[in-house]
Amino acid sequence: MSRLPPHPHERIDRTRELAFTFEGRRVSAFPGDTFGSALYAAGQRVFSRSFKYHRPRGLQCCSGHCANCQMTVDGVPNVRVCVEPVREGAVVQGQNYLGSLERDLLQVTDKLGGPFTPPGFYYKTFIRPRRLWPLYEKLLRHAAGLGRLDEHGARGERVEVEHRHVDTIVIGGGEAGLEAAAEAAQRGESVLLVDEGPEVGGSLLSRRGGAATARELAAQAAAAGVELLAPATAIGIFEYNLVPVATANLLLKVRARRVVVASGVTEQPLVFPGNDLVGVMLPEGVRRLVNYWSLKPGERAVVLTADERGLDAAAELEAAGVELAHVVDLRTQQPPNIEAAGRRGRVQQVGINGRWIACDLVVMSGSPQPSYKLLAQAGARVAYDAGRGVFVPRDLPPRVEAVGACAGDVGEPAVPAPQLGYRGDKCFVCFCEDQTTKDLKHAIAEGFDSIELSKRYTTVTMGPCQGRLCQLGSIRVYAKANGVDEATIGTTTARPPYAPVPLGVLAGRPQEPVKRTSLHHRHEDLGGKMMWTGAWKRPHSYSDDPGEEAQHVHRALGLIDVSTLGKLLVEGPDAGAFLDRLYPNRFSDLKPGRIRYGVLTTDAGRIMDDGTVARLDEQTYYVTTTSTGADGVYQWFTWWNAVWRLDVEVANVTGALAAVNVAGPNAREAMQRVSPDDYANDAFAYLDAKHVRVAGVPTLALRIGFVGELGYELHFPSAYGEHVWDALLERAADLGARPFGLEPQRILRLEKGHVIVSQDTDSESNLLEAAMPWIFKQEKEDFVGKWGTQQVAERGLRWLLVGFESPTGVMPLEGGQVVVDGRSAGRVTSVRRSAELGKVIGLAVVPHELAVDGGRFDVRVDGRLVPMTVHLGPFFDPEGARLKA
Amino acid sequence: MSLLVTCPSCGPREVSELRCAGEVTRRPTSAPSARELNEYIYFRDNEAGVQREWWFCRVCEDWFLAERNTVTNEVLRTWLPEPPVAAGAAASPADADEAGSA
Repeated sequence: MSRLPPHPHERIDRTRELAFTFEGRRVSAFPGDTFGSALYAAGQRVFSRSFKYHRPRGLQCCSGHCANCQMTVDGVPNVRVCVEPVREGAVVQGQNYLGSLERDLLQVTDKLGGPFTPPGFYYKTFIRPRRLWPLYEKLLRHAAGLGRLDEHGARGERVEVEHRHVDTIVIGGGEAGLEAAAEAAQRGESVLLVDEGPEVGGSLLSRRGGAATARELAAQAAAAGVELLAPATAIGIFEYNLVPVATANLLLKVRARRVVVASGVTEQPLVFPGNDLVGVMLPEGVRRLVNYWSLKPGERAVVLTADERGLDAAAELEAAGVELAHVVDLRTQQPPNIEAAGRRGRVQQVGINGRWIACDLVVMSGSPQPSYKLLAQAGARVAYDAGRGVFVPRDLPPRVEAVGACAGDVGEPAVPAPQLGYRGDKCFVCFCEDQTTKDLKHAIAEGFDSIELSKRYTTVTMGPCQGRLCQLGSIRVYAKANGVDEATIGTTTARPPYAPVPLGVLAGRPQEPVKRTSLHHRHEDLGGKMMWTGAWKRPHSYSDDPGEEAQHVHRALGLIDVSTLGKLLVEGPDAGAFLDRLYPNRFSDLKPGRIRYGVLTTDAGRIMDDGTVARLDEQTYYVTTTSTGADGVYQWFTWWNAVWRLDVEVANVTGALAAVNVAGPNAREAMQRVSPDDYANDAFAYLDAKHVRVAGVPTLALRIGFVGELGYELHFPSAYGEHVWDALLERAADLGARPFGLEPQRILRLEKGHVIVSQDTDSESNLLEAAMPWIFKQEKEDFVGKWGTQQVAERGLRWLLVGFESPTGVMPLEGGQVVVDGRSAGRVTSVRRSAELGKVIGLAVVPHELAVDGGRFDVRVDGRLVPMTVHLGPFFDPEGARLKA
Repeated sequence: MSLLVTCPSCGPREVSELRCAGEVTRRPTSAPSARELNEYIYFRDNEAGVQREWWFCRVCEDWFLAERNTVTNEVLRTWLPEPPVAAGAAASPADADEAGSA
């Protein structure tokens, strides 16, 4: 098919050629073509098969509104090829047919028609016998529908999310939008203008000579400082003028002081029999074919119009050499009966009051509907303008404005589109979902007489065009059938997204933030098997035998990276009083240089977090928290002080300091090799905190024993992480210095019966039932959680967290159900096999009355009940002789 | 929820940069009854209108107070709590006027 002679404003560049494949055929195109225009130029007229009836459909709007040209491009389904720029080498395929686009075997549904296909037909027709529904469903899903997603496809391109703040965002880059943007920018505002078309200009672009005007306006706007973005679709207007804009592989979250909507109008089809035939087009579609791509839309045209646009299109057609067979201006004459007929789905003639006129192109133009959807979504009211037969936005919310035709000022006289022809034929109201006037009347007869119910029942407005071409028409049918006016019927709620958006764009960039300690690469070099613990990556173990790794700590010396611990400095004259208010036990009487264990509770008495508190001097405390609790505890502390206003400062030094625990019988000797300080038991006792130098690095050493052996927890600047770690491993190599991971640490602490908050406790746990009554100082005047804990004491204990052994050696699962007298009565919170003890040991929440040494309960393991024995106190070194050695 | 909240230290910020810690509640004065305690812990006014809230700014890590209309999401004002008072002179926890659930 040849193009029209070149004209100065056409979009295509005839000096170069591109090629893509369509259904296996090679199709050539010019730069500036869309897949749609190139296919049209190659003679393709049927672009898709309709949703339900598989009727042939061709180009209608050429604006990306209707679903008529949806194809699969390079595996992406439902691409509107009329607006998708051609790409060299792309693979384009039609959708929703069996056979070929030209001969779709499923068109039988169109021929059968009748009782077979009213709204909801599949539920009605295929419901019996009921057992066959799964089969029916499979067949129907296959027959009806849009493109196919590649189930195994993965997103190839990365999508970014960007936040933008501007004074003004203008949505729509037509004449009105460009002018409003330029004006705002000249006032000194920062302005972003977005347009869904490939370039700004809106409806100017498809007018003869309009492209030049558009470029001039765009240049003026740009010169004034407007940022122009196209193609870019504003998805919606959310609270506080948040406008998400989808553009290529970017989702812009634009926050604007002012939103100016300049979305123009949407041309409306007329409702008459045969209005979906291939060759029945909207005026803009025709204008774009002629003026964008120099394509001749037909040889002989009939124009049916309710406004000026149809006449404009007629003029364009004449100029392009198309014969105008007939023009019906509905403003001056309204023939009672108009219908179109054709063969093989292509229009061949139009009947006006029974007089048939041969043609291969019909231009239909209802009164154009202002595109109010974004405004309605933002909160504007929608009112009916009976004079023109369209809905217009009213009462805009603050800081949202409308300019140009979308505000209702269409500027051209128009009349409400009449319904033409009532022969019970297929007058399509909704092209996307294949709903006709007959279907809508059917729905009304069945009682779905409100437009919102109709929408849900018939799915009119729920297809890919999202009501752009069908909402007004369906309201009109409803008004007429119910004998009321359109204002009474009203519109359906406008919801985002304004246009289809790929889910990938909404999902944004996949984020998997990871925190690494300053020793991360050492762990990797040492063969540490890294695992997730909250946002951190930590070594699970360094060998295949964590049990052996744990035993080595008992025998010689182990190093574990505990940099993930939360670390807070609490400093000020009120520091002691502050901690006294936050913890159930007392810290104001802690001597400088000493350490005390602390558990934080909420006012409900629930356990929040735990850690050690070291008093460094009169006014300074060093608080550690669990690895995952660091941020929460920091906020907890600072919030309480926002309430109390004590003279104390809290600094979060979690990331600033690395921490390494040196544990095992050889720990003292190891420390002496890397540090000039005195580590003798009387000089540096259990629960002492001292400033020391380790391998020359100023270090806070805490003598604590989470793993049950003599141990020093060293806190020092993160930058020296590897230096200190290496020094310890090298200089204590002959003492057996080896790293150990999180898993051996879990075994070691379980041998001591130490609780891990959030492993052995949950959001319901309290101090008394978690077996830490000794930490609860009732005599203290007040602290966060005092009353809640007292409440537990008053009601009496129901549960207790206890240690247990598995006499049979069977290992239950963590979370395993505790069973007493055949009833669920608690759960296992931790369980490990201890190589050192040669036993399976654990912690479990059991009924309080069972919490005696030797108490027995069962745990369900693989459906069997396995007996367990309560063990109170540590399993290993109960007197703590090794800790204090 | 998508709104801008003006942190008294950082200015207007996206809500995602902040944490709303809920309405300001009143911590009971010393030794509450079970009912008073449970009301303080579990019951919220859940005002359909303007309520006072605690907010945390993740940017400057300051806590501040806000008055927000929970229906319209309009934030009427935000302000920092009073600065610390001299050592020893601060109210006891039981007297704390504004305590919420952080």
